[in-house]
Amino acid sequence: MRVPSGPGAPRGRQAPRGRAGLGRLLTLAALAVVPVLALGLFFVVPVSGMLARGLVVDGVVDPGAVLEVLGRPRVHRVLWFTAWSASAATALAVLLGLPAAYVLYRLDLPLRRLLRALLLVPFVLPTVVVGVAFKQLLRESGPLGFLGLEESAVAIVLGLAFFNVSVVIRVVGGAWESLDPRPGEAAAALGASPRQVFRTVTLPALRPAIVSAASVVFLFCASGFGVVLTLGGLRWSTVETEIYLLTTNLLDLQAAAALSILQLVVVSVLLALSARLRAVPGGASRVVARPRPVRRGDWPWLGATAVLLVYVGAPIATLVAGSLRVDGAWSLGNYRALGTAGSEQALLVPVTEALANSVRVAVDATWMALLLGGLVALVVTRRSRGRAERRVRGALDAFFMLPLGVSAVTVGFGFLVTLGRGPVDLRDSALLVPIAQALVALPLVVRTLAPVLAGIDDRQRQAAASLGAGPLRTLVTVDLPVVWKPLLAAAGFAFAVSLGEFGATSFLAREDRPTVPVVIFRLIGHPGAMNYGMALAASVVLAATTALVMLAVERLRVGSVGAF
Amino acid sequence: MVLSTHARSAVLTGLAVLATSVLGGCSLTGSSSEDEASAGNDPVVLVTHDSFSLPDELVSDFEERTGLSLEVRPSGDAGTLTNKLVLTKDDPTGDVAFGVDNTFASRALAEGVFASYAPELPEGAEAHELPGDEDDLLTPVDTGAVCLNVDDTWYAERDQAPPRTLEDLTRPAYRDQLVLPGAATSSPGMAFLLTTIARFGEEWPDYWRELLGNGARLTGGWSDAYQAEFTQGGGKGDRPIVLSYDSSPAFTVSGGTSSTSALLDTCFEQVEYAGVLAGADNPEGAEQVVDFLLSDEVQAALPESMYVFPVSSQVELPAAWAKHAPRPEQTWEVDPADIDANRDDWLRDWNDLVSR
Repeated sequence: MRVPSGPGAPRGRQAPRGRAGLGRLLTLAALAVVPVLALGLFFVVPVSGMLARGLVVDGVVDPGAVLEVLGRPRVHRVLWFTAWSASAATALAVLLGLPAAYVLYRLDLPLRRLLRALLLVPFVLPTVVVGVAFKQLLRESGPLGFLGLEESAVAIVLGLAFFNVSVVIRVVGGAWESLDPRPGEAAAALGASPRQVFRTVTLPALRPAIVSAASVVFLFCASGFGVVLTLGGLRWSTVETEIYLLTTNLLDLQAAAALSILQLVVVSVLLALSARLRAVPGGASRVVARPRPVRRGDWPWLGATAVLLVYVGAPIATLVAGSLRVDGAWSLGNYRALGTAGSEQALLVPVTEALANSVRVAVDATWMALLLGGLVALVVTRRSRGRAERRVRGALDAFFMLPLGVSAVTVGFGFLVTLGRGPVDLRDSALLVPIAQALVALPLVVRTLAPVLAGIDDRQRQAAASLGAGPLRTLVTVDLPVVWKPLLAAAGFAFAVSLGEFGATSFLAREDRPTVPVVIFRLIGHPGAMNYGMALAASVVLAATTALVMLAVERLRVGSVGAF
Repeated sequence: MVLSTHARSAVLTGLAVLATSVLGGCSLTGSSSEDEASAGNDPVVLVTHDSFSLPDELVSDFEERTGLSLEVRPSGDAGTLTNKLVLTKDDPTGDVAFGVDNTFASRALAEGVFASYAPELPEGAEAHELPGDEDDLLTPVDTGAVCLNVDDTWYAERDQAPPRTLEDLTRPAYRDQLVLPGAATSSPGMAFLLTTIARFGEEWPDYWRELLGNGARLTGGWSDAYQAEFTQGGGKGDRPIVLSYDSSPAFTVSGGTSSTSALLDTCFEQVEYAGVLAGADNPEGAEQVVDFLLSDEVQAALPESMYVFPVSSQVELPAAWAKHAPRPEQTWEVDPADIDANRDDWLRDWNDLVSR
């Protein structure tokens, strides 16, 4: 690796290099230690605990039993369905998300900030509520009933893509926004058609972001649980629903462990693959281009975005309309009732109080996810010296993605069987909820920050260092200005993940401090028209809160770059 | 220019950080307020299912009277709760558990999750005691029957008679009309599977094949069935027969009549138990919680709070329940020991039958 420096420098730099190299490694280790410990305690220990319960029978490890489980025809069917439904949903999310990322982040469109914020809404909506909205649209008597999609695999794919398309828009949009437009302009000036520019210049530059987004979406889809159950009507099983059944009902820990191991292996392979695809060929310099006015050539992008808006908007509109109906008439009654504990005391605390809980937890989860995610992103994107160091970084990167691909049931039960020991009984801690949510948000934070950090030319840091800047100052003057916007985007993301998270939260939240999704689940789980109406209204409030937070983040981004 | 943009962004950032922190109360989740009300009280932890709920006044009366502070820890549905108790039996997460039902009770007993405690039962409760529980490990607290419900208005509009029995559901007249939660993912769903096993014995898989052949729809949980697919649910679905409880018709009353009714020949009795956990930190407190659950106040509050019937016959039911939720005279039953021995096989066979 050539380091640009003054004449005569190579010889002079030779001597301190060994010490500097060691120092570098120590710094990196120090940066990595907090996130690694956190993930170790709250992920590796619980999962190993559950695997051990399943694998060790009477003090002896029995690998034959695992192979027996994996040989069952049912397991093959389940694995196959998981793989193809998640792949199809990922492809759909990327296909729909790319045009929207372009339109909303590159074009000077009125209301684009509002649309960006609104498009994140599906990500936080409770599955059970969206499931009802989808069903109302797809069932025989519904507006889309003629498609005959009810309880089909297609409905599951549509549902999975609905929840995850915002990930693609955010991650790819962020990268697209900070993409240097000059190479494309140069290509165009040399006679390349817009299509050629896209294919040969833009797409390769966006590849890391697209692969990042797609791998996260795939993991979310493959471990999607509620969507499969709600929209598939039990006809379809995925690895995740099987583990749920085996653990929570049959208590067949051996088979559950076998499937969890399978999950771990598949996810690891996938992550290794995506890391390969993500590798950036040479650091691209990044600037932030001003959005440009809409041109005539943009209409296919605009058209595709319109399709996306209808696809995302229809279920949400159904939901909003439903929340405004009381006894067959339009009314705000469901919203007024949110300050109460529901008809027949369905709730212990009013929804308004749950909202305050949710925000409190989300603030904690956000700073935790940003802190851990920021450190991880820094560690994994620093240019490596030598193959071994690169390997270690790659492995670390993948390690922090793992929680997305592993069953929440396994992790949740693992908390119970392992975290009771040790000096404090962590199972009782109210902090478990934000910690669990932060672990879910962590990969999104890393995947939002890493592509941008990786895109920073390392020579800039070296230049800063050679001018006498310490590591911290280099970070502030070189990395921070570039990563500032993605950092805010990541914060918004983490906040939204926390607001919407249900799986882990329902497992860990304390009765007297429920979050909004937990309350919604309770409301919709009780008979009575008012409770149902309140569940919809609470979902709309949750969605609106998310949209407002995202809008605030969008506002913040104005004028923040280029001022450093 | 650059400076002013910078300043503006800094101000905006400051404001945003301030706003979020104020909203979040500077957080670290909950920070203060915690436990200040019950400071100094002896804590007792109740592990229960997600549907647990009791009026605040009752709980604070209990805490005042006993000097205990009751901490409630919800842990999923009856099945998840039971399995969590089994997995943590050497190091329990609480002192007392409530919500293990008669379909899961034998697993908990076999695993030695509970310690002995025989409280004085209220009148009527003996009838619900768990068969085979010689060591007084579990105490019945509430009961409710899982029954098919029909939308009477839907059938009246079509001048059709609603179904009455399990066999009726396989008749062409009721094609594509039934929706029910699955046995693997929902405890009422499991109760219905047991109903069919009680009724048809070894031939239950044939019945299920006919049921599915006649267009029965399965969902993950109760809400997916009742709220989303049932014609009288919140989502105004298009299926007029649903699996729910004998108490459900009390929640569809308007203008003095209920638009739904339970089919009382299709019911399976569920009983929920409470018990002191073996290895509890506070066994005396745990026993007091069990007594509390059997008290007249809690027994009377059960219908409105948890949609179940009290085991005690000493307390009065709410008016709507007495009028619109008649209880089945006879229910289908499967011996708990049989359930324990065969549950996994039944569920696996059932699962293979309904899913791909």
